[in-house]
Amino acid sequence: MTTVYLLFILILAVFVGFELIRKVPATLHTPLMSGANAISGITVIGAVSLAGGVQHEWATWLGAIALVLATINVVGGYLVTDRMLAMFKKR
Amino acid sequence: MLDVSLFINFMYVLSATLFIFGLKLLGHPSSARKGNLLSAVAMFMAVIVTLLSKEILSFELIFVSILLGSIIGFFAAKKVAMTDMPELVSLFNGTGGLASLAVAYAMLVSGAELSVFILFVSYLALFIGAVTFSGSLIAWAKLSERMVGRPIVFKGQATLNIALIIAAITMGFLIVNQPHVATWHYIAIALALIIGVMAVIPIGGADMPVVISLLNSYSGLAACAAGFVLENNLLIVAGSLVGASGIILTNIMCKAMNRSLINVLTSGFQVVVSSNMKIEGEIKAMTADDAFYVLEAAQSVVVIPGYGMAVAQAQHTMKELQHLLEKNGAEVVYAIHPVAGRMPGHMNVLLAEADVSYEQLQEMDEINARIEHFDVAIVIGANDVVNPAAREMKGSPIYGMPVINADLAKNVFVLKRGMATGFAGIDNPLFFKLNTRMIFGDAKETLGNLVRQFSS
Repeated sequence: MTTVYLLFILILAVFVGFELIRKVPATLHTPLMSGANAISGITVIGAVSLAGGVQHEWATWLGAIALVLATINVVGGYLVTDRMLAMFKKR
Repeated sequence: MLDVSLFINFMYVLSATLFIFGLKLLGHPSSARKGNLLSAVAMFMAVIVTLLSKEILSFELIFVSILLGSIIGFFAAKKVAMTDMPELVSLFNGTGGLASLAVAYAMLVSGAELSVFILFVSYLALFIGAVTFSGSLIAWAKLSERMVGRPIVFKGQATLNIALIIAAITMGFLIVNQPHVATWHYIAIALALIIGVMAVIPIGGADMPVVISLLNSYSGLAACAAGFVLENNLLIVAGSLVGASGIILTNIMCKAMNRSLINVLTSGFQVVVSSNMKIEGEIKAMTADDAFYVLEAAQSVVVIPGYGMAVAQAQHTMKELQHLLEKNGAEVVYAIHPVAGRMPGHMNVLLAEADVSYEQLQEMDEINARIEHFDVAIVIGANDVVNPAAREMKGSPIYGMPVINADLAKNVFVLKRGMATGFAGIDNPLFFKLNTRMIFGDAKETLGNLVRQFSS
């Protein structure tokens, strides 16, 4: 049942995504992409559980690697997006 | 136990909502910064509540990893030049893919008994993650010119690709059936990395905006697959938002080049069609001094930038010229083609950096509707996106591509280094039109020259 429920979430999220992102103007497409980079860093929350467990050493180290990489995405992505958006000014 | 996990999941719902609101605010430049902040708050919240989970036994490794990642991310974000944004986004796509790969791999080697479905999605996350990673590295190398931009093709490439895909599917079956055999893991990862490389090398430099958008989408899909592996709904929501975003951008880029995605992805394999059409007319050069007199009398000016403007770093000088033109009473707008630059929206960021207001940046359709009323069109470092062959020369490789109709303005100035063709390698009849004048030389110097004339 979990699978079906997760698939429901997937389908709904994809449709929400399409509707929202269609409305982003062309001017903001670069910040949109770097912001998307940051959001795809959501893998951190998966990596945190793996890096914090001691079930199997190899898995823990892989979790730590994933955590470093995903944190780069999150921190770098949000900061660079903010840097860009701060430059968009009205006359 | 139940209370904590219930609380965590409740907070996940809240952060998913904030992600969605964040993207909604990205719908307008005036609210976009707030949207990004909202999305960052959502992420922060999600990480903090995950730390409460009972599954976490030690925090040292988590702390060190987050610190290391934050430092790297911080410096990457602060140091990058705006011209290098496509490279940075490519690298971020790559790290996102690699993170999902590592999560899926960790699940496979964790020793836990996994169901067939979990094994299948683990393999999927592993595969998409690896393809995204190696593909993004190649895209980065091409964008930063560490690798030749032209398509790399060799004999038997198509056959090899098909063989690789069949091998990857076989590995999927093997991993699902014998999940604890380490050899299968290594072969699967190696295969997926090779597929990522093979997917990007036949794509030329001009098509990079499509490739980055597509890899952006893949990095989201990889996170989404990792969400299925961990049965984590927030990963699925966030991953699919990113996946959807990348797909929409890919689609916009393809439309702007009048091509299908399949056509872009296999472009290296196609024979280049050369049109034998003769372009009539002659090229007329003009000096910046003469151009000044025309600009001084102009009531309205439209600037059409391309990647060449970024290369020459001419956007700041252009902004100075814009200021002087406006003081002289002229209206100045910028016309941005969707594929100008090397990633979606790249030109807009570069102009925003030079302090040009976003209200002056207009999209192709807006400007084409009234381009014939403009006294002067200044084309800076753009070529294919203003090529009238797309409109009037059947048989031209770019025929049918939507372009900015610069040639319909009363006067056209083309700022260009020399007579080289654009990325697509096609002659541009715009340069031969009666109302076109070529101003040869470095764009920044030419604009600086005009600025001096106005100031004196």
